Amino acid sequence: MFFATPCKLKQKGILGMNKRNVSYIAKYNQRSLYPLVDNKLKTKLVAEKAKVSTPKLLHVIEYQHQIKKLADLVNQYDGFVIKPAQGSGGKGILVITERTSEGFFKPSGEALSLSDIMRHASNILSGLHSLGGKPDVAMIEALVQFDPVFDRYSYEGVPDIRVIVFKGFPVMAMLRLSTHASDGKANLHQGAVGVGLNLANGKALCAVQSNRPVDEHPDTGSHFETLQVPHWEKILTLASSCYDMTRLGYLGADIVLDQKLGPLLLELNARPGLAIQVANNTGLEPRLTHIETMKKHGFSVDQRVQYSQQQFGIV
Amino acid sequence: MSSRAQVYLLSFIFIFIGIGLTIYKNSELEFPLLPGERKAIWTVEAKIEFKATDKPVTVSFALPHNPPEMGILDEDFTASGYGFGWDSNQQERRAQWARRKANGKQVLFYKVQVFKQSDAPAHEQNAIPPVETKTPDLSPSLKTTISQLVTYVYNRSADNTTFATELIRLINDKEPIEDIQLLLGNQGLSKTRLALNALALAKIPARVARGLQLEDGRRNQKLTTLIEIFDTDHWVFFNPKTGQKGLPGNFLLWQRGGSSLLDVEGGESSKASFSIIKNSQPAKSFAILHGAENQAALVDFSIYSLPIEQQNVFKSILLVPIGAIVVVLMRILVGVKTSGTFMPILIAIAFIETTLITGLIIFLVIVSIGLFIRSYLSRLNLLLVARISAVVIVVISIMAGMSILSHKLGISEALSVTFFPMIILAWTIERMSILWEEEGPKEVFTQGGGSLLVATLAYLLMTNQYVEHLTFNFPELLLALLGCIILLGQYTGYRLTELRRFQPLAED
Repeated sequence: MFFATPCKLKQKGILGMNKRNVSYIAKYNQRSLYPLVDNKLKTKLVAEKAKVSTPKLLHVIEYQHQIKKLADLVNQYDGFVIKPAQGSGGKGILVITERTSEGFFKPSGEALSLSDIMRHASNILSGLHSLGGKPDVAMIEALVQFDPVFDRYSYEGVPDIRVIVFKGFPVMAMLRLSTHASDGKANLHQGAVGVGLNLANGKALCAVQSNRPVDEHPDTGSHFETLQVPHWEKILTLASSCYDMTRLGYLGADIVLDQKLGPLLLELNARPGLAIQVANNTGLEPRLTHIETMKKHGFSVDQRVQYSQQQFGIV
Repeated sequence: MSSRAQVYLLSFIFIFIGIGLTIYKNSELEFPLLPGERKAIWTVEAKIEFKATDKPVTVSFALPHNPPEMGILDEDFTASGYGFGWDSNQQERRAQWARRKANGKQVLFYKVQVFKQSDAPAHEQNAIPPVETKTPDLSPSLKTTISQLVTYVYNRSADNTTFATELIRLINDKEPIEDIQLLLGNQGLSKTRLALNALALAKIPARVARGLQLEDGRRNQKLTTLIEIFDTDHWVFFNPKTGQKGLPGNFLLWQRGGSSLLDVEGGESSKASFSIIKNSQPAKSFAILHGAENQAALVDFSIYSLPIEQQNVFKSILLVPIGAIVVVLMRILVGVKTSGTFMPILIAIAFIETTLITGLIIFLVIVSIGLFIRSYLSRLNLLLVARISAVVIVVISIMAGMSILSHKLGISEALSVTFFPMIILAWTIERMSILWEEEGPKEVFTQGGGSLLVATLAYLLMTNQYVEHLTFNFPELLLALLGCIILLGQYTGYRLTELRRFQPLAED
């Protein structure tokens, strides 16, 4: 069958875009809190205040004339990331993993000149990547030294963990792995692999690429069966504490694993996508309803994480 | 009250009022629900503009007087601060506005509603014979040449009508005979003037008539000049520019004979322009519209009370919500991705001016050339605003190029290219180019295709004659539409595309 019936989807508890917009985002995310997540610089400052670990902020470029100084700034580091503070959907993020005398290298091995980087920064300031073309600022962040645990599963890009947090409870999680087809990007609709994660222990449940189940990474050939995300409780705690930090009821936290620093919050999303359901092969709705109908609780972050692990984990 | 209940209540009220007013207007005021076979009523508005020079002002303006094949339903003279009177004689009917003192730009309106009388006789029964025509004051050489022409035509005709037919045919001939070539070229006579002079020398009573080609939605029209000649007992019309005999279809004869259309004393730079709009309503509702009857309040505070020029603008504006609901349906119920939320409506409006197929081709050509040029611009390290401005200029150049090329090739459709909103096109090109770089060509085609699909659907709906009729004649239906849109804003069901997207999840 090419189409599923709405009945069947409802029965499986699949959350649709319209319901997500009306019943969760509009209802639980206060409009005034959006800038906190839409602006990564603000997120970072709030996170630092709340003692939530994030990749180190090296510099902020606010004005076009500062771009001239970019050469001096970036020459201090071997690797770094330039991103727009108000970009959406991973747009405008430039990752430089290596710097040699010949230039700067992206994870894909593509070389860039200093002027390419300056142009990128200038585009960011003009608002090219920001929502509605607003003038923006460019952030230069320290490069995350990725935990080698994912090396077997990653191709050209950054593996990250997306956790959906509802009213402070982690409700679903997935690992996003870039592939050759996704051009090093971790967006599922571009061909990245989504691996559903067991909330109880961070083990892989199932994996999909372009809506089809896969058993192994298409580029590296490694099986997902044995995949287990380390620092699992720490990751869930980090994600869960984003609720206390932002007060957004329905949010997606993107977390990366640093070799030395452990889980780091990369960014938050007030309108997380629904592909996570496909990666987990299960619907979000029953879990959201469960949390929504819960009696008043005075749970701390750790208690919420524990509760979610028990309720939504698969043992 | 919960927000959900408020939404239902609000949308119910809107839909109720909208549909209710529509039913009332239909049953009580007899506005037809369908555009059908009703009598077409043309409303013509003449706008007289001039600059007053701080002196007493008298404006005399020729009005239609028993126009053939047309009946006058109602007239309206609007000019604040001016006294109104008639300045008529047996031949002409003229309106006269006067004011003791005025300064600066003055605008006077005359509005007339006419309908076509299909049972009008072919000839006027009691045509007024013309007063004796004077021989025109011509230089001897000119007179000789024209006389030669008259003799030439006289020998090739039987009566006044055939004389005029042959004369005008010769004047309009692609390769005119030497005399005419000389008269039109060297002497600089207009075709009309030449024909009138020749007719005068031939002692055939002739005069100038001016009229308006009735076409729906026209603004800033000028009068068309015709020549009429008197043959034994009736007047015969000729179009001096085409040679066509008789009155064109849907033609309102504004002025016959007479000296000038508009005389302004105490003012300068005067001009008259005409706007035309067509309504398909029964004559009865017009009686209600203009009668001072008790029900008329609803009509009186409606779009009909606006000047025609604004009515024509509103005719287009009222179609925008139709485009909006298409966007809402396609996004919320179907889940089509478009580039820019309301871009498809703007494209659809452009399509209305260019027609669908031409519009699609023009859009695709401009966007592809634009994307190509934009990919080069991206290598030049330009600031964003400068780059988009550059794209705007490129888009304008492509438009100009397409217009000129198509004109040379004789394709008139592509001339309508100018109706495309160029800033929007430039932004589209910019966004698609970024999308191409960041998400690949597939996403560009998905979003571009989605936009065109939605635009096409919106176009088809917006140009549908029933939809057009309803939105213009029953603007209160907008309230019902608003109610529906508010309801749709609460829709939490699945989108059609999600049924496909989540299909693997539904499998057991």
